[in-house]
Amino acid sequence: MTPRIDNKKFKSVSRRELLKLTPVIALGAFAIPTLREPLLKAGLGFSDWASKSMFRSGHLATTFRDSQLTPFSKFPINDYDVDDPGVDFDRWTLTVAGAVQKPGDYTLTQIQALPHFRQNTRHVCVEGWDVIGRFGGARLSDFLKTIGADLTARYVYVECADDYYESLDMATALHPQTLLCYEMYDQPLTREHGAPLRLTVPTKVGYKQAKYLTDLKVTNILDRAGYWEDQGYSKFYGL
Amino acid sequence: MATQAVAIENTKTGEVTEAVYEHPFIVRLCHWVNAVSLFVMAGSGLQIFRAFPSFGTKIPENVLINWPKSLAIGGWLGGALQWHLTFVWIYIGTGLLYLGYQVFSGNYKQVLFVRRDISGVWPTFRHYFFFGPKPPVRESYNPLQKHAYTSVIILGVLSVATGFAVWKPIQFSWLAWMMGGFHYARLWHFLIMWAMLAFVFGHLIMVVLHGWNNFFPMLTGWKKDPEYIAK
Repeated sequence: MTPRIDNKKFKSVSRRELLKLTPVIALGAFAIPTLREPLLKAGLGFSDWASKSMFRSGHLATTFRDSQLTPFSKFPINDYDVDDPGVDFDRWTLTVAGAVQKPGDYTLTQIQALPHFRQNTRHVCVEGWDVIGRFGGARLSDFLKTIGADLTARYVYVECADDYYESLDMATALHPQTLLCYEMYDQPLTREHGAPLRLTVPTKVGYKQAKYLTDLKVTNILDRAGYWEDQGYSKFYGL
Repeated sequence: MATQAVAIENTKTGEVTEAVYEHPFIVRLCHWVNAVSLFVMAGSGLQIFRAFPSFGTKIPENVLINWPKSLAIGGWLGGALQWHLTFVWIYIGTGLLYLGYQVFSGNYKQVLFVRRDISGVWPTFRHYFFFGPKPPVRESYNPLQKHAYTSVIILGVLSVATGFAVWKPIQFSWLAWMMGGFHYARLWHFLIMWAMLAFVFGHLIMVVLHGWNNFFPMLTGWKKDPEYIAK
């Protein structure tokens, strides 16, 4: 038997059901300019936190056959400023500082003396395109051990000859495919691709692969996370 | 499925109308939150797409569509990514809440397209598009509606799966592999968005055609005088 109510009672029942939906209005906070920025910042922060917990140190990025490589001429040259910041190769060193036992200037020869690795990995740009490149260099993890870095520190921060700057979380810095790269396609790095030394981090998006490295710092505190990160991009952006 | 029903008596005229509680609170909540997040996800997704509006190589870049900035959310790539990576969690959250609720409450029977609905698809289709006779209405959703709602729920799940394959092609390499690689995952993600937008377009047309009595139930839950209750 269907219960019987009068129309006034039905109206009040309906109204109560409608009012239950008022929490949906909270989404309107995103429409208010002063609230939007902190909310989106928090959202991106949450995303980065989730990304960090999805990262697996032992999980390798897919590697590809030589036949799958993007031709070197079609490997985009991306920079935020200049293709060639005019690095003087003869006087170039990587200046190491921060939580390390052996700070100072390291030459390319010293870095090239470390075990050499080559890998064909995918380079994914934040814009959405990707290329498969061949990269050669020393593992950043080997270099960090050489300089006696505190491997419990949180970040590896780098600065570049073109005033670009970047950071990696320590787990990513220690990943076996994270290289201090001085070769592309078995040739010494060209100036527009970041000579004499760049980062290759296949587990990260393109803007993390800083070129023309000049400084490296092991640190627990980041004053600046990275050039694009400070414009509003993700700080972690792991693939 | 036991649906709540009442008979409403007009105190002045004595007229009696039936009403049925069609949409439980969780379904209504998820519907409206999802309407907002789907709008933001599609709008910011299109702004992200603008950064590389192609599914081919970077060099040379063959532009597929020059999507207008005015029909996108976020203003620039970084801004759009902030919107996308914020609302995705709301989108996933309501998706999980909705699916969990539907399964555990048994309310899924209202929308799930099952074998016995198949025979009803063509008569309903004929009625809508070729002026065929109106098939008898037996439940809150007709077979074509169930087909549409079930499809869009599957598309919703696929939008998240393809999204993860694009966002995390290494940590979820198996997902990207299932979709034919990173390139294809990005294409699927894009196509699934259009399929969902096509659903929304049709959905809105039907809402307009069926009027307020059909619209209010998604706000209050209660539908007055539903066709499937015999008078």
